[in-house]
Amino acid sequence: MSSHSAPSFKNPVVRWVDSRLPVFSYMHAEYGTFPMPKNLNYFWNFGALAMVVLITMILTGIMLAMQYTAHTEHAFDSVERIMRDVNFGWLLRYIHMNGASMFFIVVYVHIFRGYYYGSYKQPRELLWILGVVILVLMMGTAFMGYVLPWGQMSFWGATVITNLFSAIPLVGENIVTWLWGGFSVDNPTLNRFFALHYLFPFLILGVVILHVVALHVTKSNNPDGIDVRGPQDTVPFHPYFTAKDSVGLGVFLLIFAFFVFFAPNYMGHPDNYIEANPLVTPAHIVPEWYFLPFYAILRSFTDDWWFFSWFLSWLMTAKLAGVLAMFGSLIVLAVLPWLDTSKVRSNRYRPIHKWLVIAVLIDFVILGWVGGKPAEEPYVSIAQWSTLFYFFAFIVLTPIIGWIERPRPLPASISEPVLKGGATTAKMEKS
Amino acid sequence: MAITLKGFALGVATAAVAGTIALSGMTDRALAAGEAEHPPELDWSWTGPFGTFDRASAQRGLQVYSQVCASCHGLGQLYYRDLTGLGYTEDQVAEFAAQYQVEDGPNDQGEMYMRPAEPSDHFVEPFPNEAAARAANGGAHPPDLSLIIKNRAHGFGSIGENFLAMLQVRGYSSGADYVHGLLAEGYVDPPEDVNLLPGQYYNKFMGSGAIGMPPPLYPDGVEYEDGTEATVDQQARDVSTFLAWAAEPRLEARKQTGVKVLIFLAIFTGILIAVKRRTWASVKH
Repeated sequence: MSSHSAPSFKNPVVRWVDSRLPVFSYMHAEYGTFPMPKNLNYFWNFGALAMVVLITMILTGIMLAMQYTAHTEHAFDSVERIMRDVNFGWLLRYIHMNGASMFFIVVYVHIFRGYYYGSYKQPRELLWILGVVILVLMMGTAFMGYVLPWGQMSFWGATVITNLFSAIPLVGENIVTWLWGGFSVDNPTLNRFFALHYLFPFLILGVVILHVVALHVTKSNNPDGIDVRGPQDTVPFHPYFTAKDSVGLGVFLLIFAFFVFFAPNYMGHPDNYIEANPLVTPAHIVPEWYFLPFYAILRSFTDDWWFFSWFLSWLMTAKLAGVLAMFGSLIVLAVLPWLDTSKVRSNRYRPIHKWLVIAVLIDFVILGWVGGKPAEEPYVSIAQWSTLFYFFAFIVLTPIIGWIERPRPLPASISEPVLKGGATTAKMEKS
Repeated sequence: MAITLKGFALGVATAAVAGTIALSGMTDRALAAGEAEHPPELDWSWTGPFGTFDRASAQRGLQVYSQVCASCHGLGQLYYRDLTGLGYTEDQVAEFAAQYQVEDGPNDQGEMYMRPAEPSDHFVEPFPNEAAARAANGGAHPPDLSLIIKNRAHGFGSIGENFLAMLQVRGYSSGADYVHGLLAEGYVDPPEDVNLLPGQYYNKFMGSGAIGMPPPLYPDGVEYEDGTEATVDQQARDVSTFLAWAAEPRLEARKQTGVKVLIFLAIFTGILIAVKRRTWASVKH
């Protein structure tokens, strides 16, 4: 724990405020002297980066909302007006548009870091679950945001995704009508999506605050996955991690800016520059790239898939199975702390599980690749096997490996390998 | 050992970021364009990090648009005033706009009336509504051309080819390749197995092969004001350049700002790296 003695501020105004509302003491304790493990690598930048992108999205989003018109007759043209006539409107929109992709890149790396170094394990389970909640909220926000420009992919993406709810037995059709506010995706749908797209980022911000509060209770995990033993293992957040996070931020902004200024439409779909037309269906309806792995899982469940017809067809339709699997893929992430039976956090010391983590990463990328392909062979089979592997890896392999694996010896403390020149002693953590 | 593991972790991080970015453009654009052939890839003046629109070509393209395309295709996102961005003076723009008639009103008698267009008016539409457009074109609806270069930009082929094109800042130039190819080289004799409906033509760059538009460009179909020889290929290039400008008139401002931003960020990041090294110099980790 950091010292609880409040720092003495020189500025009398700061002192006056702080004795009534200790915001300065709080910032000092949580971002000044806050103890961070000193062995964190650059993977630990991505949480701060996600925070920066969230704030960027909220600020550009508010400014875009001032120029945008949420009406089916005007939405498309109002976005083009932002691109052409609003001062720096093109910049705001391209930052917002590419910011969504950047947010997912950063968050996917952040999640992978937690997965590889075991940041989901005791005592950080709730921290991890809050993270999954943020991911789900982000997905909802991004989906609704993509509908707002009212291009062809906006409209047809919204139609396909909202139709998923019709798979729910008995009340499915009613739920879809209720979501649409009518009998098809139309003006009421666009209006509520705009309202919710404005609301959700603030929900995300709320959960992010909880995520950070939980983090500051359990403190950061580290690449060795062992507990902090004392002050020799840590450095204060400032200046050490303000400096290190700034480096990551600089590199990240370079990549972000490259996309905004030189490849702003690379991650989008050209059909979204055609105004929505309910009478013309695009040849291939594809979601945004960051949904493709989940889209692949959804589409894997077809009536003629052996897995579905052997195990599930007596119980539900293929469509419902696909929807449940898609949401299930996020639920298995949330319960990962209890699926993983090993006490060792970092995969540096888990010779077998490390390969599972890498296999899951490859599997996720393959799912993303086939999710962008048309529903034909060989992509359908690849998607189905990859879907099976995803669930098999989490539900079956993860607990089994935890039982049978012999972890490599853990260092006694974070500073020990440095201080003793790499010599380690075999001390199993039983926390 | 700690160093190798750190190296491994950084390697995985880099690979994950690079892989995600590469795959993020992986929606199969070639397929989205249908099974049609890929049009030839040309060098466009406005690609690359320093690209600008070839003004002379774009001005000739405006001539092709207004003398050929405009009889069926609208350019609804543009105002006449936008033409100053192509190098015309305000007087020239006013003169150009005044050739067209727009409906205005109601006047103080409560009646609509026609008046010459002004720079503040949108480009005049060729048809009053979609039904009129279809009636005049054998049931086909000629698409608005404001964003045609962007919404036909289906990429350069495989994921790898698209990734390389992105690094070369080729942007939406595949849409210009498509428009140019369609106009200049697409109209060929249909293969044996293609059945066209009455009023349809065959174009090898259309997804289905069938197109409602008759071949619109002919040698010397327009007489260029600057004396350039108006071959079909030249007209197709010029109108594609004009439409690329029309699709994103702020492209030049974007790229010029981008160069400054990247230079600033590169220097600033260098400073941040130095600060971080200095800060951490005394810590054993």
